[in-house]
Amino acid sequence: MHIPDGYLSPSTCAVMYAGAAPFWLVALRRVQAMLHARYVPLLSLFSAFSFVVMMFNLPLPGGTTGHAVGMGVAAVVLGPWGAILAISLALAIQAVLFGDGGITAYGANCFNMAVVGSLTAWAVYRLISGRSALGSPRRAVAAALGGYLAINVSALCAAVEFGIQPRWFHDANGVPLYAPYPLAVAVPAMLIGHLTFAGLAEGILSGGVVRYLQRADPALLRTTAPENATDPLQPQPAGGWRTVRPLWIALAVLMIATPLGLLAAGTAWGEWGVEDFSNPEARQHIAAASAQVAPPDAVPSGLERLASLWTAPMPDYAPAFLKSRSLGYILSAMFGVGSILLAWLAAGWAARRLRGSHNRPPSATLV
Amino acid sequence: MGRQTFAWFTQPPAVGDPRLSKAAGFLERNVVALAKTLDHAARADETARRRGLLQKLDPRAKCVGIFAWILAAAATSRLAVVGTIFALAVALAVLSAVPVRTSLGRVWTGVLVFTGSIALPALFLTPGAPVCRIPLLEWNVTAPGLLAATRLVGRAETTATLAALLVLTTPWTHLLKALRTLRVPKTAVVILGMTHRYLFLLLGLARDYFEARRSRQVGRLDNAQRRHAATATAGVLLGRSLALSDEVFMAMRARGFRGEVHLLQDARFRTRDGLALAAFVAVAALGLL
Repeated sequence: MHIPDGYLSPSTCAVMYAGAAPFWLVALRRVQAMLHARYVPLLSLFSAFSFVVMMFNLPLPGGTTGHAVGMGVAAVVLGPWGAILAISLALAIQAVLFGDGGITAYGANCFNMAVVGSLTAWAVYRLISGRSALGSPRRAVAAALGGYLAINVSALCAAVEFGIQPRWFHDANGVPLYAPYPLAVAVPAMLIGHLTFAGLAEGILSGGVVRYLQRADPALLRTTAPENATDPLQPQPAGGWRTVRPLWIALAVLMIATPLGLLAAGTAWGEWGVEDFSNPEARQHIAAASAQVAPPDAVPSGLERLASLWTAPMPDYAPAFLKSRSLGYILSAMFGVGSILLAWLAAGWAARRLRGSHNRPPSATLV
Repeated sequence: MGRQTFAWFTQPPAVGDPRLSKAAGFLERNVVALAKTLDHAARADETARRRGLLQKLDPRAKCVGIFAWILAAAATSRLAVVGTIFALAVALAVLSAVPVRTSLGRVWTGVLVFTGSIALPALFLTPGAPVCRIPLLEWNVTAPGLLAATRLVGRAETTATLAALLVLTTPWTHLLKALRTLRVPKTAVVILGMTHRYLFLLLGLARDYFEARRSRQVGRLDNAQRRHAATATAGVLLGRSLALSDEVFMAMRARGFRGEVHLLQDARFRTRDGLALAAFVAVAALGLL
């Protein structure tokens, strides 16, 4: 994520400095107006904190560890403008003193992580946390999701900056002068790592710190919460109707909107049925979607054999007893969502039973 | 403490138990990583105070000159220019009493591992005429792929060496003042200076928190508990940082701080600094011609 020198052309670096500069300027003015003289020590200490947190080895699910950037925590505690400055300063120390990230690429790193990352983390956090109480678990989830999405959007920006290099900056023979991979390689390569390890590290840190602050010092969460949410002593009950109501409403809207899927013509690539191989129109679609490589004349024997193993009760999201395809889509969505909910309820019940029947391994922290 | 936990505590540690070493490893890794960072900064400061060629120069001349070389290495498409700047940087490091094998070697290894792993696939993925074939894998290394990978690694190594050279030969406080010549705002310079100062305090605090937790820990932590320990430490550190910022502000106010930032600029720009800056800029310009 920290782009070193030499990966981006000087002109890209200049553009990225120019892209980050207005945000630095606005952020500095806003923070100065809000904190007056207090902003100098606050930003100094918070930048130092961000730097130290970037050093932490965070245990991830699966036994591995990862490092976070801290943009989620910064956005939740300081707000987007303070976070932009704090993360930018931490990145400056990292680049100059520890060589983590380049000096010419500093503008790009700040644009990706400090500007885009902080704004994304803050927007997602505000959107999901809404007007919930400061002690609500929803805030921890919002911070975790904010951190996770922020680092992934930042990674996407970095990937795009890498990906445009070979197209625009190459020598007379077409050999790349800087990052050598096109967008088709750079974007998935960056996102795979960030959707899994780095994103989880950022999400865990952001959610975990917010959860800790809710118990230890909820006042620190006030800056970015709406005025009527400053009630840390009355947290909403976990799993209460008010907590999850927006999620249920969103789920209902999505289910009603499922017939939009009918607008998509043809079959998704690789999801062909046995009958598609003998249908001339479907064969044309397959060839067109596969760089004009014609499908085999006969149905592949393995596909034919395995396709008959299971017959779906609602093939193609169209129950046999309904004539309307739209209604069929909605019914299928309801059936699917219901099945998933039932499966989760059963899994939760089983996990609770299992946890109750097993003794935890001996572990304690002496105080 | 429960009887079961106490009984477990009195037993000798299960040396070699993978579960135990894994749990200890998490806290230990954090302690070691934080201690290494402190050590790295302390070494840089110690090298910056040695008597060497670059240490004698005005930080402004050094800052602008090395930045010009970084720009030249980043902008040129000729490998020979990148190689020459790299060789000059190593020569300057030797003349400035910078330990090449330890301090620069660490930088080179880090860049090689990181950039090398990124550049490696380019050897095979970049289309072009093959220059050799990897046995067993039967993959072709192409000429354009080799050139692209060499450029990437060469540039990254050279620019990282130059940045390290600047930090290893200039005390941080002098470097910050020199940043003013690059039009970095005064406020940013002051905040960076304070960040650097409190960085070591917080690094030490974080190391102590992990160390204290490790010394009090009995038994193994599962993955969720380790995550909890790490995020709780971050939370404690955050609360401490913000409380400290209030205390620092009060101390600044007590000394008359009203939001106006002033810097003492005591360094003198001498003839030799001007000559050195001219030499830096001339080399950079030659590289770009």
